[in-house]
Amino acid sequence: MTEATGHLISVTVNGATQQHVVDDRTTLADFLRERLRLTGTHLGCEHGVCGACTVIVDGAAVRSCLMLAVQSDGATVETVEGLAPEGELGPLQQAFKDNHALQCGFCTPGFLMSVTAALREGPVHGQDHARDVLSGNICRCTGYSGLVQAVLDASKETDGD
Amino acid sequence: MKPGRFTYHAPRELDEALAMLHEYGDEAKVLAGGQSLMPMLNFRLARIDHLVDINRLPADLTEIRWAADTVAIPALVRQRHVERSPEIAAALPVLTAALHQVAHPQIRNRGTVCGSLAHADPAAELPTVMSVLDAACTVVSARGTRTIDVADFFQFHLTTAMEPDELLLRVRITLPPPGTHAAFHEFATRRGDFALAGVAALCHTDPAGVVRDCRIAAAGVSSTPQRLTGVEDHVIGNTLDDTVIAEAGALARAAVDPTGDIHAGAAYRQRLTGALVRRALTDIRTQQEVTGD
Repeated sequence: MTEATGHLISVTVNGATQQHVVDDRTTLADFLRERLRLTGTHLGCEHGVCGACTVIVDGAAVRSCLMLAVQSDGATVETVEGLAPEGELGPLQQAFKDNHALQCGFCTPGFLMSVTAALREGPVHGQDHARDVLSGNICRCTGYSGLVQAVLDASKETDGD
Repeated sequence: MKPGRFTYHAPRELDEALAMLHEYGDEAKVLAGGQSLMPMLNFRLARIDHLVDINRLPADLTEIRWAADTVAIPALVRQRHVERSPEIAAALPVLTAALHQVAHPQIRNRGTVCGSLAHADPAAELPTVMSVLDAACTVVSARGTRTIDVADFFQFHLTTAMEPDELLLRVRITLPPPGTHAAFHEFATRRGDFALAGVAALCHTDPAGVVRDCRIAAAGVSSTPQRLTGVEDHVIGNTLDDTVIAEAGALARAAVDPTGDIHAGAAYRQRLTGALVRRALTDIRTQQEVTGD
Protein backbone atom coordinates (compact mmCIF):
# COMPACT_ATOMS: atom_id res chain seq x y z
CA MET A 1 0.00 0.00 0.00
CA THR A 2 1.40 3.39 -0.92
CA GLU A 3 1.04 6.53 1.14
CA ALA A 4 -2.05 8.37 -0.01
CA THR A 5 -1.48 11.51 -2.01
CA GLY A 6 -2.99 13.56 0.73
CA HIS A 7 -5.95 15.73 1.59
CA LEU A 8 -6.21 19.45 1.08
CA ILE A 9 -7.45 21.06 4.28
CA SER A 10 -8.30 24.63 5.15
CA VAL A 11 -7.87 25.33 8.84
CA THR A 12 -7.86 28.51 10.91
CA VAL A 13 -5.10 28.42 13.51
CA ASN A 14 -4.81 31.27 15.99
CA GLY A 15 -6.82 33.49 13.68
CA ALA A 16 -4.98 32.78 10.42
CA THR A 17 -6.69 30.61 7.82
CA GLN A 18 -4.31 28.43 5.89
CA GLN A 19 -4.40 25.58 3.44
CA HIS A 20 -2.22 22.51 3.63
CA VAL A 21 -2.05 19.05 2.20
CA VAL A 22 -1.94 16.43 4.94
CA ASP A 23 -1.67 12.68 4.75
CA ASP A 24 -4.17 10.21 6.16
CA ARG A 25 -2.58 9.38 9.47
CA THR A 26 -0.99 12.65 10.62
CA THR A 27 -2.46 13.70 13.95
CA LEU A 28 -3.50 17.27 14.59
CA ALA A 29 -0.73 17.47 17.19
CA ASP A 30 1.98 16.48 14.72
CA PHE A 31 0.52 18.79 12.09
CA LEU A 32 0.66 21.76 14.49
CA ARG A 33 4.17 20.99 15.66
CA GLU A 34 5.91 19.77 12.55
CA ARG A 35 4.09 21.50 9.69
CA LEU A 36 3.14 24.77 11.33
CA ARG A 37 6.11 24.74 13.74
CA LEU A 38 3.78 25.64 16.58
CA THR A 39 5.85 23.63 19.02
CA GLY A 40 4.16 25.07 22.10
CA THR A 41 1.72 22.16 21.86
CA HIS A 42 3.56 19.36 23.62
CA LEU A 43 3.19 15.64 23.11
CA GLY A 44 3.50 13.46 26.18
CA CYS A 45 1.75 10.11 26.06
CA GLU A 46 0.21 10.23 22.56
CA HIS A 47 -2.80 8.27 23.71
CA GLY A 48 -5.02 10.81 25.37
CA VAL A 49 -4.05 10.38 29.01
CA CYS A 50 -1.62 13.17 29.89
CA GLY A 51 -3.34 16.19 28.35
CA ALA A 52 -0.12 17.97 27.34
CA CYS A 53 -1.32 18.28 23.72
CA THR A 54 -4.67 19.89 24.59
CA VAL A 55 -5.76 22.56 22.11
CA ILE A 56 -9.10 24.26 21.53
CA VAL A 57 -10.98 23.17 18.40
CA ASP A 58 -14.16 25.06 17.53
CA GLY A 59 -14.36 26.28 21.11
CA ALA A 60 -13.88 22.91 22.82
CA ALA A 61 -10.73 21.67 24.55
CA VAL A 62 -9.60 18.43 22.89
CA ARG A 63 -6.59 16.13 22.80
CA SER A 64 -4.76 16.96 19.58
CA CYS A 65 -3.08 13.54 19.62
CA LEU A 66 -6.50 11.89 19.31
CA MET A 67 -7.65 13.90 16.31
CA LEU A 68 -6.35 13.60 12.79
CA ALA A 69 -5.13 16.69 10.99
CA VAL A 70 -7.49 15.91 8.11
CA GLN A 71 -10.39 16.11 10.58
CA SER A 72 -9.57 19.75 11.29
CA ASP A 73 -10.58 20.77 7.77
CA GLY A 74 -12.87 23.77 8.20
CA ALA A 75 -12.18 24.04 11.92
CA THR A 76 -10.91 26.88 14.09
CA VAL A 77 -7.96 25.81 16.21
CA GLU A 78 -6.43 27.72 19.12
CA THR A 79 -3.03 26.80 20.52
CA VAL A 80 -0.97 28.15 23.40
CA GLU A 81 0.81 30.49 20.97
CA GLY A 82 -2.49 32.31 20.47
CA LEU A 83 -3.10 33.11 24.16
CA ALA A 84 -1.10 36.34 24.23
CA PRO A 85 0.99 38.48 21.89
CA GLU A 86 4.62 37.40 21.52
CA GLY A 87 6.59 38.23 24.65
CA GLU A 88 3.56 38.99 26.79
CA LEU A 89 1.54 36.95 29.24
CA GLY A 90 -2.23 36.67 29.19
CA PRO A 91 -4.10 36.84 32.52
CA LEU A 92 -4.18 33.07 32.93
CA GLN A 93 -0.48 32.77 32.12
CA GLN A 94 0.25 35.53 34.63
CA ALA A 95 -1.77 33.65 37.26
CA PHE A 96 0.29 30.53 36.55
CA LYS A 97 3.48 32.52 37.01
CA ASP A 98 2.29 34.25 40.17
CA ASN A 99 1.22 30.98 41.79
CA HIS A 100 4.16 28.80 40.77
CA ALA A 101 1.79 26.62 38.77
CA LEU A 102 4.68 25.22 36.76
CA GLN A 103 8.18 23.99 37.24
CA CYS A 104 9.58 22.20 34.20
CA GLY A 105 6.81 23.58 32.01
CA PHE A 106 6.26 20.55 29.83
CA CYS A 107 2.60 20.15 30.81
CA THR A 108 1.89 23.89 30.96
CA PRO A 109 0.55 24.50 27.43
CA GLY A 110 -2.01 21.73 27.84
CA PHE A 111 -3.10 23.07 31.23
CA LEU A 112 -3.40 26.59 29.84
CA MET A 113 -5.64 25.46 26.99
CA SER A 114 -7.83 23.23 29.20
CA VAL A 115 -8.30 26.02 31.74
CA THR A 116 -8.88 28.65 29.05
CA ALA A 117 -11.75 26.58 27.64
CA ALA A 118 -13.16 25.93 31.12
CA LEU A 119 -13.10 29.60 32.14
CA ARG A 120 -15.01 30.55 29.01
CA GLU A 121 -17.83 28.33 30.24
CA GLY A 122 -18.06 30.29 33.49
CA PRO A 123 -16.25 31.08 36.70
CA VAL A 124 -14.59 28.34 38.73
CA HIS A 125 -15.73 28.38 42.35
CA GLY A 126 -13.75 26.54 44.98
CA GLN A 127 -10.91 24.07 45.12
CA ASP A 128 -13.01 21.08 44.21
CA HIS A 129 -14.29 22.69 41.04
CA ALA A 130 -10.77 23.80 40.17
CA ARG A 131 -9.46 20.27 40.62
CA ASP A 132 -12.22 19.02 38.35
CA VAL A 133 -11.16 21.51 35.68
CA LEU A 134 -7.54 20.37 36.05
CA SER A 135 -8.28 16.65 36.21
CA GLY A 136 -7.70 15.98 32.52
CA ASN A 137 -4.06 17.08 32.61
CA ILE A 138 -1.12 15.51 34.40
CA CYS A 139 1.67 17.50 36.06
CA ARG A 140 4.62 15.66 37.57
CA CYS A 141 6.30 18.65 39.23
CA THR A 142 3.97 20.92 41.12
CA GLY A 143 1.71 18.71 43.21
CA TYR A 144 -1.19 20.73 41.74
CA SER A 145 -1.61 23.19 44.65
CA GLY A 146 -0.20 26.07 42.63
CA LEU A 147 -2.32 25.07 39.65
CA VAL A 148 -5.50 25.08 41.76
CA GLN A 149 -4.70 28.55 43.09
CA ALA A 150 -3.86 29.82 39.60
CA VAL A 151 -7.22 28.67 38.28
CA LEU A 152 -9.05 30.36 41.16
CA ASP A 153 -7.08 33.60 40.71
CA ALA A 154 -7.64 33.67 36.96
CA SER A 155 -11.32 32.93 37.47
CA LYS A 156 -11.68 35.92 39.82
CA GLU A 157 -10.00 38.13 37.26
CA THR A 158 -12.20 37.05 34.35
CA ASP A 159 -15.27 37.13 36.60
CA GLY A 160 -14.58 40.82 37.24
CA ASP A 161 -14.61 40.68 41.02
CA MET B 1 3.55 6.40 19.09
CA LYS B 2 1.97 7.12 15.73
CA PRO B 3 -0.72 5.12 13.98
CA GLY B 4 0.19 2.65 11.26
CA ARG B 5 -0.80 3.31 7.69
CA PHE B 6 -4.45 3.40 6.75
CA THR B 7 -6.59 5.02 4.11
CA TYR B 8 -8.81 7.75 5.49
CA HIS B 9 -12.36 8.09 4.20
CA ALA B 10 -14.82 10.86 5.08
CA PRO B 11 -18.14 9.93 3.47
CA ARG B 12 -20.78 12.67 3.29
CA GLU B 13 -23.81 10.39 3.12
CA LEU B 14 -24.82 7.43 5.24
CA ASP B 15 -25.27 5.16 2.19
CA GLU B 16 -21.73 5.99 1.12
CA ALA B 17 -20.38 5.10 4.57
CA LEU B 18 -22.31 1.83 4.64
CA ALA B 19 -21.07 0.91 1.16
CA MET B 20 -17.50 1.40 2.40
CA LEU B 21 -18.07 -0.74 5.47
CA HIS B 22 -19.68 -3.37 3.24
CA GLU B 23 -16.72 -3.35 0.87
CA TYR B 24 -13.93 -3.30 3.48
CA GLY B 25 -15.56 -5.45 6.18
CA ASP B 26 -13.18 -6.16 9.05
CA GLU B 27 -10.37 -4.22 7.36
CA ALA B 28 -12.22 -1.03 8.30
CA LYS B 29 -13.10 0.74 11.52
CA VAL B 30 -15.63 3.51 12.08
CA LEU B 31 -14.19 6.73 13.52
CA ALA B 32 -16.67 8.80 15.55
CA GLY B 33 -15.19 10.61 18.57
CA GLY B 34 -11.96 8.65 18.35
CA GLN B 35 -11.28 8.75 22.08
CA SER B 36 -10.82 4.98 22.29
CA LEU B 37 -9.99 4.06 18.70
CA MET B 38 -7.28 6.69 18.22
CA PRO B 39 -5.31 5.58 21.31
CA MET B 40 -5.52 1.99 20.07
CA LEU B 41 -4.27 3.07 16.64
CA ASN B 42 -1.52 5.24 18.14
CA PHE B 43 -0.39 2.35 20.30
CA ARG B 44 -0.76 0.00 17.33
CA LEU B 45 -2.95 -2.23 19.45
CA ALA B 46 -5.23 -1.95 16.43
CA ARG B 47 -4.03 -1.98 12.82
CA ILE B 48 -6.52 -1.25 10.12
CA ASP B 49 -6.45 -0.60 6.38
CA HIS B 50 -9.42 1.74 6.18
CA LEU B 51 -10.68 4.37 8.59
CA VAL B 52 -14.25 5.48 7.87
CA ASP B 53 -14.74 8.85 9.57
CA ILE B 54 -18.46 9.47 10.08
CA ASN B 55 -18.02 13.03 11.36
CA ARG B 56 -18.92 14.49 7.95
CA LEU B 57 -22.25 12.69 7.77
CA PRO B 58 -25.37 14.91 7.81
CA ALA B 59 -25.94 16.99 10.92
CA ASP B 60 -29.12 15.15 11.94
CA LEU B 61 -26.85 12.60 13.60
CA THR B 62 -25.60 15.24 16.06
CA GLU B 63 -28.93 16.04 17.73
CA ILE B 64 -30.76 14.29 20.55
CA ARG B 65 -34.22 13.29 19.33
CA TRP B 66 -37.23 13.25 21.63
CA ALA B 67 -40.50 11.41 21.08
CA ALA B 68 -43.50 10.86 23.37
CA ASP B 69 -41.89 8.29 25.62
CA THR B 70 -38.45 7.76 24.12
CA VAL B 71 -35.25 9.63 23.53
CA ALA B 72 -32.84 8.67 20.77
CA ILE B 73 -29.15 9.52 20.85
CA PRO B 74 -27.71 9.28 17.31
CA ALA B 75 -24.17 8.32 16.38
CA LEU B 76 -22.56 11.77 16.43
CA VAL B 77 -23.96 13.15 19.67
CA ARG B 78 -20.97 14.03 21.86
CA GLN B 79 -20.94 12.90 25.47
CA ARG B 80 -20.52 16.50 26.63
CA HIS B 81 -23.64 17.52 24.72
CA VAL B 82 -25.72 14.91 26.56
CA GLU B 83 -24.04 15.69 29.88
CA ARG B 84 -25.03 19.36 29.59
CA SER B 85 -28.55 18.80 28.27
CA PRO B 86 -31.12 20.07 30.82
CA GLU B 87 -33.76 17.85 29.18
CA ILE B 88 -31.62 14.75 29.73
CA ALA B 89 -30.90 15.83 33.32
CA ALA B 90 -34.65 16.06 33.92
CA ALA B 91 -35.68 12.85 32.16
CA LEU B 92 -32.67 10.60 32.78
CA PRO B 93 -30.62 12.07 35.64
CA VAL B 94 -28.70 8.80 36.00
CA LEU B 95 -27.26 9.32 32.52
CA THR B 96 -26.10 12.83 33.44
CA ALA B 97 -24.57 11.55 36.67
CA ALA B 98 -22.69 8.80 34.85
CA LEU B 99 -21.45 11.12 32.11
CA HIS B 100 -19.85 13.41 34.71
CA GLN B 101 -17.64 10.44 35.55
CA VAL B 102 -16.65 9.50 31.99
CA ALA B 103 -12.96 10.43 31.66
CA HIS B 104 -12.40 14.22 31.43
CA PRO B 105 -14.17 17.15 29.72
CA GLN B 106 -11.55 17.13 26.94
CA ILE B 107 -12.43 13.52 26.17
CA ARG B 108 -16.19 14.05 26.47
CA ASN B 109 -16.00 16.99 24.07
CA ARG B 110 -15.08 14.54 21.29
CA GLY B 111 -16.29 11.18 22.54
CA THR B 112 -19.77 10.07 21.50
CA VAL B 113 -22.35 8.10 23.47
CA CYS B 114 -22.79 5.58 20.66
CA GLY B 115 -19.03 5.29 20.25
CA SER B 116 -18.62 4.27 23.87
CA LEU B 117 -21.31 1.60 23.42
CA ALA B 118 -19.79 0.31 20.18
CA HIS B 119 -16.36 0.18 21.82
CA ALA B 120 -17.88 -1.96 24.61
CA ASP B 121 -15.26 -1.54 27.29
CA PRO B 122 -16.67 -3.52 30.25
CA ALA B 123 -15.27 -0.97 32.72
CA ALA B 124 -16.94 1.98 30.98
CA GLU B 125 -19.84 3.92 32.47
CA LEU B 126 -22.23 4.21 29.51
CA PRO B 127 -22.63 0.50 28.65
CA THR B 128 -23.37 -0.15 32.32
CA VAL B 129 -25.97 2.60 32.64
CA MET B 130 -27.65 1.52 29.40
CA SER B 131 -27.85 -1.99 30.85
CA VAL B 132 -30.32 -0.85 33.52
CA LEU B 133 -32.37 1.34 31.18
CA ASP B 134 -34.79 0.20 28.48
CA ALA B 135 -32.27 0.81 25.73
CA ALA B 136 -32.11 -0.57 22.21
CA CYS B 137 -29.36 -0.15 19.64
CA THR B 138 -30.29 0.52 16.04
CA VAL B 139 -27.56 -0.78 13.74
CA VAL B 140 -27.45 -0.27 10.00
CA SER B 141 -25.51 -1.79 7.16
CA ALA B 142 -25.84 -1.99 3.40
CA ARG B 143 -27.83 -5.16 4.11
CA GLY B 144 -30.49 -3.40 6.17
CA THR B 145 -31.41 -2.16 9.63
CA ARG B 146 -31.89 -4.13 12.83
CA THR B 147 -32.50 -3.34 16.45
CA ILE B 148 -30.54 -5.08 19.18
CA ASP B 149 -31.70 -4.90 22.79
CA VAL B 150 -28.92 -3.64 25.00
CA ALA B 151 -29.09 -6.91 26.97
CA ASP B 152 -27.85 -8.72 23.86
CA PHE B 153 -25.53 -6.01 22.54
CA PHE B 154 -22.44 -6.48 24.72
CA GLN B 155 -20.85 -9.88 24.12
CA PHE B 156 -17.29 -9.75 25.42
CA HIS B 157 -14.37 -7.36 26.02
CA LEU B 158 -14.58 -4.77 23.22
CA THR B 159 -16.99 -7.03 21.36
CA THR B 160 -20.62 -6.34 20.49
CA ALA B 161 -23.31 -8.14 18.52
CA MET B 162 -22.56 -5.90 15.53
CA GLU B 163 -21.04 -7.31 12.36
CA PRO B 164 -17.99 -5.57 10.86
CA ASP B 165 -20.10 -3.90 8.16
CA GLU B 166 -22.60 -2.49 10.66
CA LEU B 167 -22.75 0.99 12.15
CA LEU B 168 -24.43 1.89 15.45
CA LEU B 169 -26.79 4.55 14.16
CA ARG B 170 -28.47 5.42 17.46
CA VAL B 171 -29.39 4.17 20.89
CA ARG B 172 -33.02 4.66 21.83
CA ILE B 173 -34.04 4.79 25.45
CA THR B 174 -37.62 4.34 26.63
CA LEU B 175 -38.17 6.89 29.39
CA PRO B 176 -38.85 5.24 32.76
CA PRO B 177 -42.33 5.66 34.27
CA PRO B 178 -42.97 7.96 37.26
CA GLY B 179 -41.86 6.38 40.50
CA THR B 180 -38.57 5.25 38.97
CA HIS B 181 -35.26 6.31 40.45
CA ALA B 182 -31.76 5.39 39.39
CA ALA B 183 -28.19 5.96 40.47
CA PHE B 184 -24.66 5.40 39.22
CA HIS B 185 -21.69 5.10 41.54
CA GLU B 186 -18.10 4.18 40.76
CA PHE B 187 -14.71 4.29 42.39
CA ALA B 188 -11.52 5.25 40.57
CA THR B 189 -8.12 5.95 42.09
CA ARG B 190 -7.87 9.29 40.27
CA ARG B 191 -10.64 11.51 38.97
CA GLY B 192 -11.46 10.55 35.39
CA ASP B 193 -9.61 7.25 35.40
CA PHE B 194 -11.33 4.04 34.48
CA ALA B 195 -13.25 2.84 37.50
CA LEU B 196 -12.01 -0.13 39.50
CA ALA B 197 -15.70 -0.98 39.67
CA GLY B 198 -18.97 0.83 39.00
CA VAL B 199 -22.63 0.13 39.68
CA ALA B 200 -25.78 1.37 37.99
CA ALA B 201 -29.08 0.68 39.73
CA LEU B 202 -32.68 1.47 38.89
CA CYS B 203 -35.76 0.88 41.03
CA HIS B 204 -39.42 1.37 40.27
CA THR B 205 -41.36 1.74 43.48
CA ASP B 206 -45.11 1.66 44.15
CA PRO B 207 -46.79 4.35 46.30
CA ALA B 208 -46.31 2.21 49.41
CA GLY B 209 -42.56 2.23 48.88
CA VAL B 210 -42.32 -1.39 47.73
CA VAL B 211 -39.85 -1.97 44.89
CA ARG B 212 -41.75 -3.48 41.94
CA ASP B 213 -38.93 -3.48 39.39
CA CYS B 214 -35.19 -3.37 39.97
CA ARG B 215 -32.19 -3.56 37.70
CA ILE B 216 -28.59 -3.49 38.84
CA ALA B 217 -25.51 -3.75 36.62
CA ALA B 218 -21.83 -3.69 37.52
CA ALA B 219 -18.88 -2.35 35.50
CA GLY B 220 -15.30 -3.54 35.64
CA VAL B 221 -15.99 -6.98 37.12
CA SER B 222 -16.66 -9.08 34.02
CA SER B 223 -16.11 -9.14 30.26
CA THR B 224 -19.32 -7.16 29.76
CA PRO B 225 -21.52 -5.07 32.05
CA GLN B 226 -22.84 -7.67 34.48
CA ARG B 227 -26.50 -7.67 35.48
CA LEU B 228 -26.81 -8.74 39.10
CA THR B 229 -30.13 -10.55 38.74
CA GLY B 230 -29.89 -12.34 42.09
CA VAL B 231 -29.56 -8.99 43.83
CA GLU B 232 -32.42 -7.55 41.80
CA ASP B 233 -34.68 -10.47 42.80
CA HIS B 234 -33.84 -9.89 46.46
CA VAL B 235 -34.74 -6.19 46.27
CA ILE B 236 -38.00 -6.65 44.33
CA GLY B 237 -40.96 -6.95 46.69
CA ASN B 238 -39.17 -5.18 49.53
CA THR B 239 -38.80 -1.62 50.70
CA LEU B 240 -35.32 -0.13 50.58
CA ASP B 241 -34.63 -0.30 54.31
CA ASP B 242 -31.20 -0.64 55.87
CA THR B 243 -31.47 -4.42 56.12
CA VAL B 244 -32.43 -4.94 52.47
CA ILE B 245 -29.68 -2.60 51.30
CA ALA B 246 -27.08 -4.38 53.44
CA GLU B 247 -28.25 -7.78 52.17
CA ALA B 248 -28.16 -6.53 48.58
CA GLY B 249 -24.56 -5.41 49.07
CA ALA B 250 -23.57 -8.79 50.46
CA LEU B 251 -25.30 -10.62 47.62
CA ALA B 252 -23.60 -8.37 45.04
CA ARG B 253 -20.20 -9.04 46.55
CA ALA B 254 -20.76 -12.77 46.21
CA ALA B 255 -22.28 -12.51 42.73
CA VAL B 256 -19.26 -11.07 40.94
CA ASP B 257 -16.07 -12.89 40.05
CA PRO B 258 -13.71 -10.13 38.90
CA THR B 259 -10.13 -10.50 37.76
CA GLY B 260 -7.49 -8.86 39.89
CA ASP B 261 -4.79 -6.71 38.36
CA ILE B 262 -2.07 -4.28 39.39
CA HIS B 263 -4.68 -1.66 40.29
CA ALA B 264 -6.88 -3.78 42.54
CA GLY B 265 -7.13 -7.41 43.56
CA ALA B 266 -10.16 -9.57 42.86
CA ALA B 267 -11.29 -9.63 46.50
CA TYR B 268 -11.07 -5.84 46.71
CA ARG B 269 -13.16 -5.45 43.57
CA GLN B 270 -15.78 -7.81 45.03
CA ARG B 271 -16.00 -5.78 48.24
CA LEU B 272 -16.09 -2.58 46.21
CA THR B 273 -18.99 -3.89 44.11
CA GLY B 274 -20.93 -4.64 47.27
CA ALA B 275 -20.20 -1.19 48.67
CA LEU B 276 -21.22 0.52 45.42
CA VAL B 277 -24.51 -1.42 45.33
CA ARG B 278 -25.22 -0.18 48.86
CA ARG B 279 -24.37 3.39 47.87
CA ALA B 280 -26.52 3.24 44.73
CA LEU B 281 -29.54 1.84 46.58
CA THR B 282 -29.11 4.35 49.41
CA ASP B 283 -28.96 7.10 46.79
CA ILE B 284 -32.20 5.79 45.27
CA ARG B 285 -33.85 5.71 48.71
CA THR B 286 -32.84 9.35 49.25
CA GLN B 287 -34.31 10.29 45.87
CA GLN B 288 -37.57 8.55 46.85
CA GLU B 289 -37.70 10.52 50.09
CA VAL B 290 -37.13 13.80 48.27
CA THR B 291 -39.74 13.25 45.60
CA GLY B 292 -42.16 11.39 47.85
CA ASP B 293 -42.58 8.47 45.49
